[in-house]
Amino acid sequence: MARRYDSSTTTFSPEGRLHQVEYAIEAINNAGTSVGILAKDGVVMASEKKVTSGLLAPARTSEKTYKLCPHATCTVAGLTADANILIDQARLRAGRYAYQYQEPIPIENLVEHVCNYKQAYTQYGGLRPFGVAFLFAGYDIHHGFQLYQSDPSGNYSGWKATVIGANNQAGKSLLKTEYGSSSSSGDEMKTDEDPAKEEIEMPTTAEALRLAVKVLNKTMDGAAASPEKLELFAMTLDEDGNCVHKILNAKEVEAVIAEVESETATAGDT
Amino acid sequence: MYQQNLDKIAELSSHSAMGVSGPNCDLVNFSELGTGLSDVTPHLAPYHDQCRYISKNLALYELSNDGMKLSTHAQANFCRGELAKALRKGPFQVNVILGGYDENVPNGGSLYVMDYLGSCQKVNYGAQGYASNFTLSIMDRDWEEGLNEEQAVKIVEHCIRELNMRFLLNQSNFIIKVVDKDGVRTVKADSDPTDN
Repeated sequence: MARRYDSSTTTFSPEGRLHQVEYAIEAINNAGTSVGILAKDGVVMASEKKVTSGLLAPARTSEKTYKLCPHATCTVAGLTADANILIDQARLRAGRYAYQYQEPIPIENLVEHVCNYKQAYTQYGGLRPFGVAFLFAGYDIHHGFQLYQSDPSGNYSGWKATVIGANNQAGKSLLKTEYGSSSSSGDEMKTDEDPAKEEIEMPTTAEALRLAVKVLNKTMDGAAASPEKLELFAMTLDEDGNCVHKILNAKEVEAVIAEVESETATAGDT
Repeated sequence: MYQQNLDKIAELSSHSAMGVSGPNCDLVNFSELGTGLSDVTPHLAPYHDQCRYISKNLALYELSNDGMKLSTHAQANFCRGELAKALRKGPFQVNVILGGYDENVPNGGSLYVMDYLGSCQKVNYGAQGYASNFTLSIMDRDWEEGLNEEQAVKIVEHCIRELNMRFLLNQSNFIIKVVDKDGVRTVKADSDPTDN
């Protein structure tokens, strides 16, 4: 039944749906997972690298993480080629804003611009939507550290923690239980007695990195985590208040994986 | 007979104001001035339609960004950019002094001096027009770090007295405005001598 109404982006179905946009969102559910977590002192994004082959030339650039401007970075889930176009747009917008106002662009402003660009492909021109979902991590003086997610429809929302790509539902449910609970005292049981009393305590960047690896362990379905498969990114501020964008090197990734393994091994011990 | 009582300091946003100098019709074009001027100078009405360009763009920014205000630094650079763009098309013949208050700036206030060629400089004190020949040296002497409002207004009055004494053209009609944490307000406004 959807067949008659699903070949054109610019046509609503009788149920009021845009099928092409929904199919684009489906495409992303087959892509490498990406998780983003907002921390007290920064933002963390961890991604599963799907393209692994011994024959691949050593990568100088990432296929998942892209710097947009001095104070914003994004990760990609979906068609990398589509993503490149949108990343160009985002970089241009950030640069033009900085030229016009001589100030860094507010993060939401940047995200909204990219999303408006995506939305145009769901309404005009008969072109297919972009098959990309983004996680944007950024910092500005108005709202501090922020994490946004956007999808092919051009919708975006701000998150404390979220997952995009393959198995994102499993990842999100893990985050729901684990994000905000104090991980230093891991023996505490979370009770559902009084949800109103539960206070979300934001993790530190280090805790967030460990949580992100935990999420990827779950979404990657038991495949062994390793630096070849995982890309860890953390954004923090240095002492001068400038943003530091760090993609962890193989050794650092190993260290986080090891910490997570020991945590899960000792969980439940009294 | 030129209009003697044009208030040339336009309020740009809740905490910033822009003083302009130059031929009248471009003032109208560039800042928010022009309410009622179409009655006085109807032949300039087409320019009045393009009126209020800077302040309305700033208002649009606030509306589009959930009430987020542009800092004085950003407003000044936006204004400078528009001057620069117009330079090679149809230049505005205005020189601008833009002042504003921001909470996160040390001492709160900042002042920017721009000219019709699109230059922009952050300053502690500034002047545009013929006045600058007389007043800059006064302010060189009188200005110091950490002035309060009363002292600053005194320096401005010193400049005005000097102009009345030394300047060839008789301009006895000045308006003084202050921008601080409470916004923009008029501190002193002389009446139009031709009103009597």
